[in-house]
Amino acid sequence: MLEISLFHYLTLAAILFTMGVFGIFLNRKNVIVILMSIELMLLAVNINFVAFSSFLHDLGGQVFTMFILTVAAAEAAIGLAILVSFFRNKGSIAVEDISSLKG
Amino acid sequence: MEWVNKMTALNWVTISPLMPEIFTAVAGLLLLLVGALRGKSSVPFILSAVLVTFFVASCFLFFGYSDVRPLDTMGGMVVVDGFSKWMRLIIFDGLIVSTLLLVTWLKDSQMYKFEIPILYLLSGVGMLFMVSANNFLALYVSLELSSLSLYVLAAINRDRLDSTEAGLKYFILGALSSGLLLFGISLIYGFTGSLSFAEVGGILSQMEMPAGAMVGMAFVLAGLIFKISGVPFHMWTPDVYQGAPTPVTALFAIVPKVAAFGLIIRLLTGPFLSLHEQAAQILIFVSVASMVVGAYAGLAQENFKRLMAYSSISNMGYALLGLLSGQPEGVAAVILYLMVYMVMVAGVFAVLMGLKRQGHAIENISDFAGLGKSSPLMAYSLVALLFSMSGIPPLAGFFAKLFIFQAAVAGGFFTVAVIGVLASVVASYYYLRVIKVMLFDEPIGEFDHDCSYSRKVVMVGAVAFIIIFTFVPNYLLDQAQLAASSLFQ
Repeated sequence: MLEISLFHYLTLAAILFTMGVFGIFLNRKNVIVILMSIELMLLAVNINFVAFSSFLHDLGGQVFTMFILTVAAAEAAIGLAILVSFFRNKGSIAVEDISSLKG
Repeated sequence: MEWVNKMTALNWVTISPLMPEIFTAVAGLLLLLVGALRGKSSVPFILSAVLVTFFVASCFLFFGYSDVRPLDTMGGMVVVDGFSKWMRLIIFDGLIVSTLLLVTWLKDSQMYKFEIPILYLLSGVGMLFMVSANNFLALYVSLELSSLSLYVLAAINRDRLDSTEAGLKYFILGALSSGLLLFGISLIYGFTGSLSFAEVGGILSQMEMPAGAMVGMAFVLAGLIFKISGVPFHMWTPDVYQGAPTPVTALFAIVPKVAAFGLIIRLLTGPFLSLHEQAAQILIFVSVASMVVGAYAGLAQENFKRLMAYSSISNMGYALLGLLSGQPEGVAAVILYLMVYMVMVAGVFAVLMGLKRQGHAIENISDFAGLGKSSPLMAYSLVALLFSMSGIPPLAGFFAKLFIFQAAVAGGFFTVAVIGVLASVVASYYYLRVIKVMLFDEPIGEFDHDCSYSRKVVMVGAVAFIIIFTFVPNYLLDQAQLAASSLFQ
């Protein structure tokens, strides 16, 4: 049977993190998808932290994870609030419509 | 009873160096309560209370705990030393100035929102802790406290499309950068087994080739370079500067960059000290790219706030130059540079916010025409400030750049320093163009009379600073060197 090692956790986290980053840059449709990608990045980091924490027998990483979860919740709340006020002004949350400022 | 006394004494020792932060944070929470209970009518009270809080807290800082040697408090989360004291003083000055710029604006633009000054205060608490962080957890939480407040501030004018769009862009890219930062922290944690700056520094210095930690450091630096808007993470800056309400733009330009720079300095002189060669590679690229992009992209700008964004990008490039050598002299030059830059930007924004025609704020450079005739005081203050920003000799900006280039040359980074000087010549074009439009172009209408005393205080204060600095450059340089030396013990 395959033993799941630290390496597997790190690979999974790296793949999820990359998916999150690409989700932000390649997504051309909807801002909500961007918010989901941000969340995916933060959760990938959490996997990293918990894996390292258990591997190192050190609680610091898990404490950090709790803080990341809390801050991610605050971040999502603020992001959605800004998105709602943007939608009120623009009437759309398509990524290509966020373009009134440029130069 | 004896153990109670022992406990309080112990707590006082750990807490007293952090009095400024604690005072500010508690005042912020109380004022939030006042605002929630009293609503719009409490705005003038809260605004003045925030100003008083900043002032009192900076007095605590100035006259309080004054040992320059590092002292770990809060279980090692925070360190208080000469560097953090000096950086916190700069941050407090920046916060006071940006709140002063807010005073008349709230009334003029009918923005009776008590949240605005409180968000200034909370982001200030985050920035204060940023420069004294001594643990990656403290780093992350304080960075997020300041960033989350700033996202909201960018979008605070929620009935306008440009403000909400600026907030949205800032939020998305800011969240991306904190993701990068966290990923880097997780790698550093995994490869060193610790989150404390001192322990990470000790472990890294004993490793032969800490490849994983190096990747982690690159990610952490990328996240922080976003906060100081260095190229290639500068994309948000022009849009956010242009879209955010002008006093908020002034805040963005004045304070958060100082705090993020403080954090970068602390990381490079603490945990990443043994990786300095690798870090310098990254910094050289970012510094050169920022100076060049900031100088050339600024040439085509019509909007003054956008121009200031490119100016800040190139100025952060100069400031990074001082960090390349990794010597106390370089760090001192950076501290001085940040301080002078902060004062100049505050003065420029004080002038910009006073410019109005028929009640409408002016943002385009071509609309500055005729300012020299209609209000010479503002025009010539702006001339002095812009001369100083472009680095023309007798003024403070020249000395700040001089110390930076000296530090870079002393560290052997000749090519980078030469590129910096050339970029500053290119950048001086856009500063001089503003002066030319203001003084020599045909007036296109009357300016409103600016009757805000708080703005005038900031403007005159900034001009006085850059002129007086010429005569006593050594006092502040000595202080900055004292602050920098506390990092290298």
